[in-house]
Amino acid sequence: MSKILIRGAKVLGGEPQDVLIDGQTIAEVGAGLSAEGAEVVEAGGKVLLPGLVDLHTHLREPGREDSETVLTGTRAAASGGYTAVFAMANTFPVADTAGVVEQVWRLGREHGYCDVQPVGAVTVGLEGRKLAELGAMHESAAGVTVFSDDGKCVDDAVIMRRALEYVKAFGGVVAQHAQEPRLTEGAQMNEGVVSAELGLGGWPAVAEESIIARDVLLAEHVGSRVHICHLSTAGSVEIVRWAKSRGIDVTAEVTPHHLLLTDELVRTYNPVYKVNPPLRTERDVLALREALADGTIDIVATDHAPHPHEDKDCEWAAAAMGMVGLETALSVVQETMVETGLLDWAGVADRMSSKPAKIGRAAGHGRPVSAGEPANLTLVDTAYRGSVDPAGFASRSRNTPYEGRELPGRVTHTWLRGKATLVDGKLT
Amino acid sequence: MQRHLISAADLTRDDAVLILDTAEEMARVADRPIKKLPTLRGRTIVNLFFEDSTRTRISFEAAEKRLSADVINFSAKGSSVSKGESLKDTAQTLEAMGVDAVVIRHGASGAPYRLANSGWIDAAVINAGDGTHQHPTQALLDAFTMRRRLVGRDAGLGQDLDGKRITIVGDILHGRVARSNVDLLHTLGAEVTLVAPPTLLPVGVETWPCEVSYDLDSTLPKSDAVMMLRVQRERMNAAFFPTEREYSRRYGLDGDRMARMPEHAIVMHPGPMVRGMEITAEVADSERCTAIEQVANGVSIRMAVLYLLLGGNEPAVSHPRNTEEK
Amino acid sequence: MDTQASDARPVLEGPDIARVLTRIAHEIVERAKGADDVVLLGIPTRGVFLAQRLAAKLEEITDRKIPVGSLDITMYRDDLRLQPPRALARTEIPGDGVDGRLVVLVDDVLFSGRTIRAALDALSDIGRPRAVQLAVLVDRGHRELPIRADYVGKNLPTSLRETVKVQLAEEDGRDTVLLGAKRTATGAQH
Repeated sequence: MSKILIRGAKVLGGEPQDVLIDGQTIAEVGAGLSAEGAEVVEAGGKVLLPGLVDLHTHLREPGREDSETVLTGTRAAASGGYTAVFAMANTFPVADTAGVVEQVWRLGREHGYCDVQPVGAVTVGLEGRKLAELGAMHESAAGVTVFSDDGKCVDDAVIMRRALEYVKAFGGVVAQHAQEPRLTEGAQMNEGVVSAELGLGGWPAVAEESIIARDVLLAEHVGSRVHICHLSTAGSVEIVRWAKSRGIDVTAEVTPHHLLLTDELVRTYNPVYKVNPPLRTERDVLALREALADGTIDIVATDHAPHPHEDKDCEWAAAAMGMVGLETALSVVQETMVETGLLDWAGVADRMSSKPAKIGRAAGHGRPVSAGEPANLTLVDTAYRGSVDPAGFASRSRNTPYEGRELPGRVTHTWLRGKATLVDGKLT
Repeated sequence: MQRHLISAADLTRDDAVLILDTAEEMARVADRPIKKLPTLRGRTIVNLFFEDSTRTRISFEAAEKRLSADVINFSAKGSSVSKGESLKDTAQTLEAMGVDAVVIRHGASGAPYRLANSGWIDAAVINAGDGTHQHPTQALLDAFTMRRRLVGRDAGLGQDLDGKRITIVGDILHGRVARSNVDLLHTLGAEVTLVAPPTLLPVGVETWPCEVSYDLDSTLPKSDAVMMLRVQRERMNAAFFPTEREYSRRYGLDGDRMARMPEHAIVMHPGPMVRGMEITAEVADSERCTAIEQVANGVSIRMAVLYLLLGGNEPAVSHPRNTEEK
Repeated sequence: MDTQASDARPVLEGPDIARVLTRIAHEIVERAKGADDVVLLGIPTRGVFLAQRLAAKLEEITDRKIPVGSLDITMYRDDLRLQPPRALARTEIPGDGVDGRLVVLVDDVLFSGRTIRAALDALSDIGRPRAVQLAVLVDRGHRELPIRADYVGKNLPTSLRETVKVQLAEEDGRDTVLLGAKRTATGAQH
């Protein structure tokens, strides 16, 4: 069947409309469209958004297929309403050559649940010393435009400068994991009142902020653009706000968990709350929400970081850092941004689809819901409320901090270029 | 009700006084020809030490044996743990052998809390020091020593440390002893002052229930007890202070400084002492120094804790602060 | 206390208790042939006060200092696992110890005998007396162990549904032994 009629959907949260998909594209948007020859999906007042785009996903393949694969990760993405994800480079081997990025890109295409745009490493082996072949990765079939050593900071100022300059040649962007390594030796959680009490090594906000400050100045100096991964502190917001006011070409992302959770949760010593950058304070959370609302922070990115059970079922210091996020991101954003009145659904579409697609140059994604556009869409039951059950995750890993927590909203349908990947909450 | 002793902060004033009073009775057992009580006969306790600490392990072992418990010593060195077996596996293996309580020493802060709250095992968990977090029995034995010396052996029964001025000097940042002591001494009504170079104080210390000073000399005349903490020489290499010499000049306790303390005031040290660093030999060997007494008191305190947690069908120590995970 | 007192019947009053202790003191002197090696050990809480009173009477009779102390049996109880741990009471052994002496254990009520069993165990960890005897204010019967008292203030036939409450001035503000129906009350219950 090539025609699908989505009936009575609130497009970007507006008045209910019908949306007709024909083949891979949206044929028509309007009221009372004919259902002739089309499969009908009764939206019944659900919200229709452009397919979500995640600029920051760890798919773990190649190398750590015990925690996630391109297949399980893209199925998780489709479950969460995503039609494109950017797969981070910290795999084994590292995605620092055209060969590795093409392999990941091709796996994504073969599985067909979600477009996979590989992120290339900035430096060889993520070691921060020698630039990887950025141009070759860009020219490969994967067409890499985003480069990041995520998981590690490009802390050498000269290497960072060169990378920022070099990618200008093909419109690339360096996404920085801002973490001054010396200030975070042995760091286990946000440095503050809670870390002092728990006796866990402190991870000061300044370790993030000092790198962001340096990098926006470098970007200004060389006239390049820079993207800041998972910004987590109120101070970082101030620096980005200042940089934007100066006209520096900087974009920034925030994760869903940094919009909701604080370091108070670490009191349980449950490593499910162990993440890089660490959960911060209530003050930081509120500043991040405000910054996402006013556009200082451009996008929400999941930093979906799957880990096998045994890497979290242990003492805090021995545990891996990271949380899965693809299947709960939209719910957390609804909880923290929509239900608080900070963003409307058009705003959500902007922060979770249009802007990330634009930053990552993901062609065909993050487009308006209008006739002639690729049919990358997601339908959300925003009235739903339910508690998170990791057993139902499509991801291979279950390391979610939201187990048992009640969150609003549920993605019921996802279409990738007109092909349904999720129907009534079930993967196809 | 919790069956564990994880943090000194979990103890109420009444719990702490009960432990100190019980320890006072336990101390008398040491004076008898037969230093043994049948109380924990048939109970098995494992001393699970992931970190070397001979003195703490021996102290627990002596306490356990005096209460007639069966004792298993498990040192991570040379065991399966060093071959990659996890804390969880190790604990479950031991529990399968019928262990009633686990006394755990671990380099990772929070490891005892995890062991007690993760549903891995049913046994009671007693924290014998975790990372830079807590060492509750050390704080209890310190409070016991203070109460004996500053209030009196018999006069102290039923009493706390109300109004006593306690100064803790040294590496607060990396020290579990300081954290535990601040919590417990505050609960017992004492006024605590921490003295250290700013580099060895944690960010966030300003929220602790104590005073903070960088100046030892001005604090000494207002102290009923001065507790010197060990400062590891290696800290020097991470730029926490310039040299050993400068540290001991500014924060070490020597005879001259001790003379500025009130006459009744005592010098405490949890051991092991680094003579010439935080304390001179003259002070360490003076009769005002309670270091050896603290070791003896450690056995009594640990007997009291073991009895109160394991001696009945449920623990006698309440834990009002609900820290359990969901 | 008054409400309990109203439905509990006094079986010994202050003067009776004094008289009974005097008689026991004389019996001890007689049986111990002068009581010159006697050590009195009271079992906390009320046994300690009774031991002290007995010691005073013995000193009156013999004109000699009688060593008196206390023996806490908590850690030796056989029912530790049946309830939360109890606070410990003081064990105070007189300076010259118990080795080679006649130890008279003193308790308020003899009931199942389990307390005395625990006391004998506790005593054996402290030393080796020449002999051990037992003095109690009230023997209410219902023994569960082969134990009997050497000196009894009053034999009191009871049913298991009844309670015996001993109150002493030092602890309770007055001297009395009450027999009542089972219920919680101030004073020791047996």
